[in-house]
Amino acid sequence: MRRLALILALVLAPLAAQAVLPSEMLKDPALEARAEKISQGLRCLVCRNENIDDSDAALAHDLRVLVRQRLLAGDTDKQVVQYIVNRYGEYVLLKPRANGANLILWGSAPGMLIFGLGLVAVYLRRRKRQGEETPALSAEDEARLAQILKE
Amino acid sequence: MVTELGHFALVLALAVAVLQMVIPLIGAQKGWTGWMAVAEPAATTQFLLIAYAFFALMWAYVTDDFSLRVVVENSHTLKPLLYKIAGTWGNHEGSMLLWVLILSGFGAAAAVFGGNLPPRLKARVLAVQASIGVAFLIFILFTSNPFVRLAFPPMNGQGMNPLLQDPGLAFHPPFLYLGYVGLSMAFSFAIAALIEGRVDAAWARWVRPWTLAAWMFLTIGIAMGSWWSYYVLGWGGFWFWDPVENASLMPWLFAAALLHSAIVVEKREALKSWTILLAILAFGFSLIGTFLVRSGVITSVHAFADDPQRGIYILAILGVFMGGALTLYAARAGAMEAKGLFGVVSRETALILNNVLLAVASLVVFVGTVWPLIAQMAFDRKLSVGPPYFNLVFPPLMIALAVMIPFGTLMPWKRARLARVARPLWAAVALAVALGALAWAMQTGRSALGPVGLGLGAWLVAGSVVDLLSRSGRGPVGARLGRLARLPRADWGRAVAHGGLGIAIFGVCAVLAWQVEVIRVTKVGESFALGPYTVTLNDVHKAQGPNYRATVADVKVSRAGALVTELHPEKRFYPVAGMPTTNAGISRGIFRDLYIVVGDEQADGGYDTRSYIKPFADWIWLGAILMGLGGLLSLTDRRYRVAAGARKPEAAQVAAE
Repeated sequence: MRRLALILALVLAPLAAQAVLPSEMLKDPALEARAEKISQGLRCLVCRNENIDDSDAALAHDLRVLVRQRLLAGDTDKQVVQYIVNRYGEYVLLKPRANGANLILWGSAPGMLIFGLGLVAVYLRRRKRQGEETPALSAEDEARLAQILKE
Repeated sequence: MVTELGHFALVLALAVAVLQMVIPLIGAQKGWTGWMAVAEPAATTQFLLIAYAFFALMWAYVTDDFSLRVVVENSHTLKPLLYKIAGTWGNHEGSMLLWVLILSGFGAAAAVFGGNLPPRLKARVLAVQASIGVAFLIFILFTSNPFVRLAFPPMNGQGMNPLLQDPGLAFHPPFLYLGYVGLSMAFSFAIAALIEGRVDAAWARWVRPWTLAAWMFLTIGIAMGSWWSYYVLGWGGFWFWDPVENASLMPWLFAAALLHSAIVVEKREALKSWTILLAILAFGFSLIGTFLVRSGVITSVHAFADDPQRGIYILAILGVFMGGALTLYAARAGAMEAKGLFGVVSRETALILNNVLLAVASLVVFVGTVWPLIAQMAFDRKLSVGPPYFNLVFPPLMIALAVMIPFGTLMPWKRARLARVARPLWAAVALAVALGALAWAMQTGRSALGPVGLGLGAWLVAGSVVDLLSRSGRGPVGARLGRLARLPRADWGRAVAHGGLGIAIFGVCAVLAWQVEVIRVTKVGESFALGPYTVTLNDVHKAQGPNYRATVADVKVSRAGALVTELHPEKRFYPVAGMPTTNAGISRGIFRDLYIVVGDEQADGGYDTRSYIKPFADWIWLGAILMGLGGLLSLTDRRYRVAAGARKPEAAQVAAE
């Protein structure tokens, strides 16, 4: 009977669980807030682009409980995240770490902005110089103006 | 029979598209008017044929024709009629058919309404448009044919993903596609201009309405999607930085950049080659979006198709069109001579900065979206790039943009003095800072997000008001109001759209910063406090829908003893798909939404309840609607309604009309 209950619980778990369950939440609000913040940065591995705080999946539930257990055991936020990464790989991190090749990712945003602004500066500078050199009217316009004035 | 004819019409449409692609292009090159004239009837015929095929498919859905594979896979006799109709495009095959329908629709619209286009340009535009049609019609017919029959039709279908059975989502794809595909017009005009070797004010005036329309549809489409996720996903999230959402955001940002830079070409004949490049990139990112969504290369909440063959084909389309377009661009862009001169501080410069910020924002989203792919392929690292990354790199660009907008709108063309531009804006600055400070003082110890959002929102709205007022001249109030009413609609459109952006920014920040959340187990009859409100769970009972079973809760919300609202959140179970969905109980308000979800029964007989106060949530979509409305106002501006080329007969090479 007990085994049946366990099997049922496992089978029904994905349907029954829904995001953070009241039963999972910690009594200490400060600790719970930390747990929530950590959870929002961890990916639910079996879902598509959902963090474990929002996910209904059974695995997300397990991870939420694990995060809270580690916090109760006295880990710092960093240690909790490292603990999870050690087990599941950096794939769980929704905010990729700024190391190795990821530096390209992190550098790309400011890099592209600076590059773009640099292009604009060069362009404006060149335009300005051109503006000083070219006459106000092109030869063609000059001819047309002359014709209009004649009429 | 209807189905066979539909299939046949689609094949015929491909043949017509091939003709439309080849003949007018040769005609335009050789100057043969007869060959050029083929483009127009071909464009309308192609559209009618595809429309017939599309309605044949819809007919199959409505009449439950289970001899068609797509109908079996995506429909069911019990499905409500609305979703049978929407089911036509609710899957890969049907949605690609919708894609080409809209593509040919834009082509036909250009053929019918483009009466004042120079014949040569028109022939080229329609030929380029047809070439995109050819690529996608081949794609549909050979890899995703919706008209494939089954030898042994089953008695009933497999149903549609219940999450998608929602009125908001039923019309989300058509709007999105109108936007994506609308950008193909800008692309076709850009390629035609490159072949022609000339871009002038008249060209920009023809391109801008199409871009505006596409951007407007994209705005509404994206807003509908986020509106849907707000009430369907069960906790009121409205943007997830999901690859599929990013796929629509990237072309939206590029389209926004394009419609601003097209103004510079139109009014000042500067930034020509940049505008052409933007037109190519905007459509390129539409194609990338189609690729990301349709290939399932980055699996996400929305991707229903996981077939590599299709992905490779779309990638090939993307490669051919972007490669071809950019090669042509590299060869010809040098010929686009800029004319209008301008100072460093000028409206032109402001619009260039706008373009840089929007383009960089789009590229930042792009890099973040594809980075997991690159990291895996090139560096063998399996990693995720999620909301925390995007929330860090994207908002600074938008904040910079929002700070700049009111200055930009008040800048005169050619040369401006910053001090003079800033003078009428002091009131707006004061208002924004005061409101931000007030919010900061009222909230204690919370993030700066709320005050910043309020300040930026007020700045943009007040900036738009100042923008309009500054154009009403001087004199008595009555005369100024009269002049205000007679302002060109483009001016109103600009002010409304920028104000809408401010309202949306405020909504997003307010909801993220000031949301109140209570998650607990509640027994029937029990009450609990949610901020100033008291929430009572009165009853939970079962109910039966047309194609689902539901558990419905009766929840009463009161404040200081007075009843505020009664909500009925549901949890539905769709037996055909074997999937549950959550329907939140939402009481909408101008200042706050009450958002209550009642989940499953817990071991102790209580129910898992999550309730939220979401301050100013609806302002997000109000802002989006205003942005769309601004686009519409601008689109109906007189200068697009009167013959676009008429004022510049020489440049446009049009005979007098």
